[in-house]
Amino acid sequence: MNHYCNRAMKKSICLSFHLHQPTRLRQYRFFDIGNDSHYYDDFANRTALKRVIEKCYLPANAILLDLIKACKGKFRIAFTISGSVLEQFERYAPEVIDSFKALCDTGCVELVGTTYNHSLASLASENEFRFQVNRHRDKIKSLFGVTPTTFSNTELIYSDSIGATVYSMGFDTILAEGAKNALGWKSPDYVYNSAVNPELKLLLRNYSLSDDVAGRFSDKSWDAWPLSIQKYTGWVANAEGEVVSLFMDYESFGLRHDKSGGIFDFLSLLPSAFIDAGMEFVTPSQATAGHKGVGPFPVEQPLSWYGAESDVSAWLGNELQQDAFKKLYALAEKLAIVGDDNLWADFGRLQESGNFYYMNTRFFSAGESVDRENPYPTPYEAFINYMNVLSDFSIRVNNSLAEK
Amino acid sequence: MKVLMFGWEFPPHIAGGLGTACEGIVKGLAHNGVDTIFVMPSASGDEDQSCTTIVNASDVAVTCVSAGVDEFINKVKFISVDSNIVPYVDPEEYFAAIEKMKAEKRHEMTVGFGQKFKFSGKYGANLLEEVSRYAQVGGTIAVRYASEFDVIHAHDWLTYLAGIAAKELTGKPLVVHVHATSFDRGTDDMVDSRVYAIEKRGMEAADRVVTVSDLTRNIVINRYGIDPAKVVTVHNAVDFSGRDDVEVSRGVRDKVVTFLGRITFQKGPEYFIEAAAKVLKRTKNVRFVMAGSGDMMNRAIRQVARLGISDRFHFTGFLRGAEVQKMFALSDVYIMPSVSEPFGISPLEAMRSNVPSIISHQSGAAEVLKYAFKVDFWDVDAMADDIYALLQYPSLSEFASRAGYDEVNSLKWNGATAKLKDIYESLLQ
Repeated sequence: MNHYCNRAMKKSICLSFHLHQPTRLRQYRFFDIGNDSHYYDDFANRTALKRVIEKCYLPANAILLDLIKACKGKFRIAFTISGSVLEQFERYAPEVIDSFKALCDTGCVELVGTTYNHSLASLASENEFRFQVNRHRDKIKSLFGVTPTTFSNTELIYSDSIGATVYSMGFDTILAEGAKNALGWKSPDYVYNSAVNPELKLLLRNYSLSDDVAGRFSDKSWDAWPLSIQKYTGWVANAEGEVVSLFMDYESFGLRHDKSGGIFDFLSLLPSAFIDAGMEFVTPSQATAGHKGVGPFPVEQPLSWYGAESDVSAWLGNELQQDAFKKLYALAEKLAIVGDDNLWADFGRLQESGNFYYMNTRFFSAGESVDRENPYPTPYEAFINYMNVLSDFSIRVNNSLAEK
Repeated sequence: MKVLMFGWEFPPHIAGGLGTACEGIVKGLAHNGVDTIFVMPSASGDEDQSCTTIVNASDVAVTCVSAGVDEFINKVKFISVDSNIVPYVDPEEYFAAIEKMKAEKRHEMTVGFGQKFKFSGKYGANLLEEVSRYAQVGGTIAVRYASEFDVIHAHDWLTYLAGIAAKELTGKPLVVHVHATSFDRGTDDMVDSRVYAIEKRGMEAADRVVTVSDLTRNIVINRYGIDPAKVVTVHNAVDFSGRDDVEVSRGVRDKVVTFLGRITFQKGPEYFIEAAAKVLKRTKNVRFVMAGSGDMMNRAIRQVARLGISDRFHFTGFLRGAEVQKMFALSDVYIMPSVSEPFGISPLEAMRSNVPSIISHQSGAAEVLKYAFKVDFWDVDAMADDIYALLQYPSLSEFASRAGYDEVNSLKWNGATAKLKDIYESLLQ
């Protein structure tokens, strides 16, 4: 068995941070349809962006930059940054782009490809998915001068067929969820091969160890609270496999878990604690280059990193979500004929996964809104607002088509 | 456990929702193993007594008659009642019983004995007089049944004095049940001070005050100054058993948006009309119906005319029984834009008929109905937006219809009355 041969090898840690900020829609009443085609709550978007930049992105980037320099090349990380948030940086806070550039210049940071608009296009249309991925790749190239070879789909959504598309676009590594229902008895802490294209290597998120930090760090009802770096290092060191993939929302640092709870101190101590415990940090492409795949990881139904089921029902689980989703992508063909840049831009933003997430009817039974970033009191409001916007958008597409 | 319950009406002869709620409560209590003696001012004899014993106050004579409410309440402590409440016996038996008791003359104060008061049981002009007489009779009944019941439970202000009298005379704990307050009936500066005084007195005398919503609970605490510790919310439920689905054929192809209720200030009819005008600016294949009557009806008709939507906005007048079911069956959207609604059972009826409902946050029902659309009563734009969406986006109305139907079917009196039983038990410890 592979892992016996590799026993002498250091355990690899693949730490990857994911960044996205939704483009929130403004309150859009039905009498705006056909009268007003500005869909976004610019003020709310800007306010939320400023907040996450101040609380998370800038302080966390500064800490990571110091750590990378202090570790002299031994601390390596990856970032997946959506096009939506990059656009918002360019518009409202270009200094954040500079701080990511500084991180990239260390040579210890890998930028990972994703969909431009944090979209669910992989579940709707292969054409649109390819378009989204290419657009993001171009954006990263133009801003940071690198071309990603690792891919991480929106919400870590993965299936064999998505893997096949991604592989055909030139990526050789893909990040996915180490979902229990797909892995069975197997450990997520190895490199796996795509069941359809074995050349495509998979890194599977260790959801338990990832969520210990990203999800539970400040949960006082958690029996492991407070989480010390010693305790956590011990858990990671005891993970059975070769590569432990820790994929986290970057906003967990400073926004979800406030600075006052010690999350930044925890982050600052993490690299040396792991290195001292005999582990090494690798970027995703280093992980898949340095470890052989242990076998296929077949996935027919799409997996994601959300919820106990790790499926896509958070976004497409009810008829409201499915209806809105279908109506949106039904416009794709017409858009292709029209070829209008403004329409394409709106089409992209309307694809953002958050639009569908807010329509999750499980929020009805959850009582209070689960997500404080959710601007809608109930899924009804989310659906109605979105459909009103989509009605206007649809009128614009049809009008442009008629003019052609 | 047995409860002496004072109500004002009981199906089938009802003017409002109070009687329906009382029926649900006694049935639910029976399910939970709690027996009730239900006293009402004017029973007709055709009430369903499978779950409760109904006592008709009109059949009960009292020993002492005093005209004014205040006078009575002051006297209550001193009245010695030797009564002969014999409900539902034939007249001969009744008079025989009276003769027997007269002959015994066990108590000195049975002088005025034999004076019966014929209650109308309606909500008429001499309501206050009926209320005070009901209290007298209530006290009498309580003493008569004192060995049989453990707790007194009085529904709404009409019965509070009867409840107080019963408590004073028997020493048993009193629960008053607030289905509505004066603040739901009038505007803030138009509250009937006499009614308010009775309400306050009842709440103060009570060992527990049960409210039908947290909204009402807040009014009881803030407007009546009642100790929050003794005010408990038990949300209403609805009993759909024996309800058949109504089949109707539609005369028009248009979608129908319905308001059903009294056309009074509290029900917010003008906001519905405003919202209708906004929707009609955008879409034509819809009609609006205002079903009911009330003191704002003429004003509503004028408002509709002024907005120029009379061709699409219809008034039906007061609907009853089967007509109500038919109206729901004809509707695509139901709306209850109440300014102040202690609970509001009508959206539950609508949702039971598969009609998605839009209700105001200012209604108690909004506290329990997750799948109703909720707006502030004054937010006409939001109301119009919800109406438009329910008409235009079929997946939304289908979802709301299905989820709403399931939801209201799960709101059972058995659950609500289990809470009442807990309250009774806490008072007996």
